[in-house]
Amino acid sequence: MSDISAASAASTNVDSSGPEGSGSNRTLWGDVRYELFRSPVFWISSVLVFVILLMSFFPWIFASTSPNEAGACELINARVKPTWDKPFGYTAAGCDMWSSLVWGTGKSVNVAILTTIGTVILGVVSGTAAGWFGGLTDTIISRVTDIFFGLPFLLGAIVFLAIFPTRNIWTISLVLILLGWTSLTRVMRGSVLATKQKDFVDAARALGASDLFIIRKHVLSNSIAPVIVLATIGLGSYIGAEATLTFLGVGYQRPTVSWGLLVNEGQNLVFAGFSHLLIYPCAFIVVTVLAFILLGDVLRDALDPRSR
Amino acid sequence: MGRYVARRLIQFIPVILGTLFLLHILTTVTIQVVGDPVRALFGENAPPAEIIQQLQVQYGLDDPCLQQTGNPCFGLFVDRLGQYMQGDFGTNYRGRSVSELFLERVGITLRMQFIALAFEIVVGIFIGVLAGLRKDKFIDNLVRITTSVLIAVPVFVAGSLAVLFIGLKIGLPLRESEWAPEWLGQMFQVGYNPEYPWLSLFLPGIVLGSFSLAAIARLTRTSLIENLRSDYVRTARAKGLTTRRVVAIHTLRNSLIPVVTYIGIDLGLLLGGSLVTEGIFNVPGIGLLTFQAIQSNDTPVILGVVTVLTIVFLISSLLVDLLYAALDPRIRYE
Repeated sequence: MSDISAASAASTNVDSSGPEGSGSNRTLWGDVRYELFRSPVFWISSVLVFVILLMSFFPWIFASTSPNEAGACELINARVKPTWDKPFGYTAAGCDMWSSLVWGTGKSVNVAILTTIGTVILGVVSGTAAGWFGGLTDTIISRVTDIFFGLPFLLGAIVFLAIFPTRNIWTISLVLILLGWTSLTRVMRGSVLATKQKDFVDAARALGASDLFIIRKHVLSNSIAPVIVLATIGLGSYIGAEATLTFLGVGYQRPTVSWGLLVNEGQNLVFAGFSHLLIYPCAFIVVTVLAFILLGDVLRDALDPRSR
Repeated sequence: MGRYVARRLIQFIPVILGTLFLLHILTTVTIQVVGDPVRALFGENAPPAEIIQQLQVQYGLDDPCLQQTGNPCFGLFVDRLGQYMQGDFGTNYRGRSVSELFLERVGITLRMQFIALAFEIVVGIFIGVLAGLRKDKFIDNLVRITTSVLIAVPVFVAGSLAVLFIGLKIGLPLRESEWAPEWLGQMFQVGYNPEYPWLSLFLPGIVLGSFSLAAIARLTRTSLIENLRSDYVRTARAKGLTTRRVVAIHTLRNSLIPVVTYIGIDLGLLLGGSLVTEGIFNVPGIGLLTFQAIQSNDTPVILGVVTVLTIVFLISSLLVDLLYAALDPRIRYE
């Protein structure tokens, strides 16, 4: 008897670790994990994202001195081209290019993280409210998103940032959140509308569950997937947006070290033959944005069974 | 169709008023919280109060409600709407009217937008169809990888790199060489040349359209793949139609519907992007006007130009929506 129960216990154990195997009774997220772990793009992009996050929170691991420290930059080194010792060369201000790039990572990534957190909170709350309650709530929220969609993203951001006399991480993120939340609202609303019609929601309501309980327990977990995908891609595009705004002169200002400013400097000097001033910052921006976008793409493929 | 058009036009009025009000309320609140841009212009060496007062009157910033934090300034908004109706979008710090500056430069920007749109639509759809018809083959993987990379390159990075690698390394030798025809060198120009009003906008136009090219190619690919699996395609094949007819007439027309929607959104992206490309390539259009206004802190110009561009964007997306209904009967009868 004990043998049988042990065996059945063992077999349930095997079942619960199903996601790693190819069993047919995997959960949705087990399925997603299985899909992701098989994809080489997932591994490449998540390693890149991990390194980028490490660089932005612990830059001293990669470059010991910040370019903003006293004595870190020597004007005598200004625009020195790459050599074997210093494969990245020096910036226009005579700072080490590698450490400027490393210490600049956090500036862009922090804005992107703050913006993503803000847009996800606003988007999920308003999208769920619009999709779940419908009626007047839905009409009001949908019309407000229409209005925000009428304002082209970059142009809107430029107007508000141009009025701020000082621009820092908080003001840039605030403006990006204000202009960016609506796409998440639309996606969340559509997703909640689809979930609302599922049988388990009716079942929960028949059992007497309150609106808030159903939203929290059933609706959110079943309709959050497209938001996760969009937020991952958003992280990448907000990094690009911050760099664009900084490049245009309405983002970070000197002496902050940031990628957009480095490209701006490099752009002015590229005609004089200092191409490394432009190529390295551009490469950092492209690789970072690409890492987040690829991660989002892989997540989308794994979460959307239609594409299989 | 008539009812759809009427409903769409009626919906348009609150959206355009709402967007203009959004622009108004956000700038007003910002001015109320951080202070007046005229004062910020001078910094510590502020001129006498009368001069500031006079400048504030000139730029419409003298309204007392701009000092009351939290006041939505409805009166000011109505005044501004009245001015917009008469074509008055303010003046720059040198006293020239924004609408005059705008009209002077709009031709160049429109030409560049046209090149970008034509490039992204033609090449994007072509690449997307190619990839969609050969799913998971070499060409499909190539398209997927290149479009991912293209999407990850912000316009200012693409522009800066294009100036370096194409404008300088390819265009300059072409323009200086004996053998190359003049027009070929002008196509890879690093700046605007008024003698070649279309050709010298070729490179900036392509840079501007590169992001949307990738998006259009991907949209076409996914929707073509989805539609090729549908029942009506199987029926068409069973009837014995040629593959060419099934793809080009039956499938492609339906697959292009999401692409048309995207082009409506894309007009806004192109307006923002033209600011960056015109700044980099020194194209004297509306983008460069805004770009220079940002550098010299000329807030009235930025606000005026963005207002005009927002109106342009809203009207053109309305037109795209109407076109969309002509393409897809399902939308008309919704």
